[in-house]
Amino acid sequence: MTLQARYADVPVETKQRLFDEVRADIRFKDYLFGCYECGICVAACPSARFYDFSPRKIAQATGREDLGMFYEQLNDDIWNCSQCFSCLRCPRGNNPGGLITIMREVAINNGLTSARQALEGYGRVVYKIMSTGTQVSPDMLQPNAFPDWGPHVAEISENLELWRRALPPETLHTTTTAWYVDDKTLTELYLIWHMTGVLDMIKEVDEGLHMILNDVMEELLEEAGYSTT
Amino acid sequence: MPIPLNVIEARRAQRDERGPTAPPTEDIREKVFELEAKGEWIVQRVPEPWVGVTTKYGRIKKIPAEHTWHHKSCGQCGHIPGYSTAIYWLNRALDFDYNDPKDQTSCTAWNYYASATSNVGAQAAVAMRNFGAAYESGYFPTIHCGTSYGHYKEVREELVAHAELRDEVRRICDKLGKPFVMPEEIVHYSEWVYAMRHEFAQRRVLDLSSIDVTVHPACHYHKLVVEDAIYDPDVYGGQRTAVVSAVVTALGANVKDYSTWFDCCGFGFRHILVQRDFTRSFATLRKIEVMREEANPDVVLTHDTGCVTTLDQSQFAARAHDVKVGVPVMSEAQFAALAMGAHPYRVCQLHWHNTEYRPLLEKMGIDWRERWREFEDDLERLRKGDKQFLTWEDADA
Repeated sequence: MTLQARYADVPVETKQRLFDEVRADIRFKDYLFGCYECGICVAACPSARFYDFSPRKIAQATGREDLGMFYEQLNDDIWNCSQCFSCLRCPRGNNPGGLITIMREVAINNGLTSARQALEGYGRVVYKIMSTGTQVSPDMLQPNAFPDWGPHVAEISENLELWRRALPPETLHTTTTAWYVDDKTLTELYLIWHMTGVLDMIKEVDEGLHMILNDVMEELLEEAGYSTT
Repeated sequence: MPIPLNVIEARRAQRDERGPTAPPTEDIREKVFELEAKGEWIVQRVPEPWVGVTTKYGRIKKIPAEHTWHHKSCGQCGHIPGYSTAIYWLNRALDFDYNDPKDQTSCTAWNYYASATSNVGAQAAVAMRNFGAAYESGYFPTIHCGTSYGHYKEVREELVAHAELRDEVRRICDKLGKPFVMPEEIVHYSEWVYAMRHEFAQRRVLDLSSIDVTVHPACHYHKLVVEDAIYDPDVYGGQRTAVVSAVVTALGANVKDYSTWFDCCGFGFRHILVQRDFTRSFATLRKIEVMREEANPDVVLTHDTGCVTTLDQSQFAARAHDVKVGVPVMSEAQFAALAMGAHPYRVCQLHWHNTEYRPLLEKMGIDWRERWREFEDDLERLRKGDKQFLTWEDADA
């Protein structure tokens, strides 16, 4: 069975709707100008060396509006991309990495199963960035989370609070956030998530996480006098 | 492979004749000022004094020397805090005024590139909220993270190109009570280190002439909005970004070339957190092992959060597979600070790094055993409650 045949039962209307959502993004016309098939993007791509993945095919499927290949990529390819943007070496000025950013957003917005699977194990990171305003924190350095980094992680974890106090910059005396972020700033960040529909995106892929984030944010927003409705 | 310098120099001569008045792409900064003239936003000017540096197509970029608002990096502050600390230490060594803000959020781009659980409006709003906070403080943003820097340059292009996006983000900033501000330049800290490299060289206290360095240029520094990155005809004939390499040379160490310099480190954004088989393989097989085989460096220097983390942390597991690893990794800011006499633990915080770095320190002429003993004394004072925190005065004692 070819890969595209795996999605033969998905109605073409669904594939077209998802493609149209990608094409409707304001960045789309700046990311795709046609393809020489030169393969420079593939040669520069780290993910192409490791996975069955090709930024050239992303540009071609999107450019040709090949709905079968597009839908396959939306489910099986886009989460392999490293988002390093080495593919911007394209002599036509294409941005396959940027197309993938848009495709990922569409996959999340539509709650695709493949997107949910790709983000399994990632919820704690989404929670951290959206609720604290910093992406990673010192206390994430736990041996069970990074066993492949060796015993050095355990040493950091055991000494964490003391080592953080041994940092001269005042803003770094934190263990649950990367640096100190004041409450007013956090409130402003929460308002941005609300006003731009990001919380709705989270709901599509992780309802439990959405509920927790909403609870955390609503309290601070209401305390600050913002209406979230 | 040797760089064909005669060809490159001939091209450079042609380019010099053509001159920076005919660059191949438009200058986004002109559009930024046009929008200010139309009353769409405020442009925060680069404060005096600034240093002019050349970008890829010969334009001059203004790099502020001081009065800088330090837009911190999640990974640097969270997991390799000697990186941020060294940047501040360098500012202090030059007696420069700077601001380490508490009203800054992450750019949130690491998460965006990893999970796409955000959108173009939210990303632009986060950027403009931070720019607004910097403007309110009177300090000019200097961005520590390569991804924040690259992402903010993309956000600037999107905001300039799309009036509806500007309207959406302006409404959000109004709601937050934040001014709608675009900085005149988007500046990465490594551009500041590059601009100040001769000042650092004058203050160097170690002889680095025996230290061989390989440089990993960070993808989101030189691949996103390429025309705004620093290039210098004297560094690889202007064919690669000059930041980091020019600093190494100015400090008297030796830049060693290797064939996979353009490859990314393997960070992958989501991969480093949830799919590290890719990250480990790429970092060790395509970067560290190639460096070892072709250049055998004493240290790898780079200028971004994810690159230091990936190249350093990935080496542990690779040892089990007999991959040629074992090269310490740090930022050029930490390296410059060490060269100027900064403490390897109080300032550069090398105990947060993974790959063995002590042989490098010995080769640089640093007595790491004595420095570690001093740091352990500091920790004991903190443990006993004699002090609550290590201070800048302690760091320079």
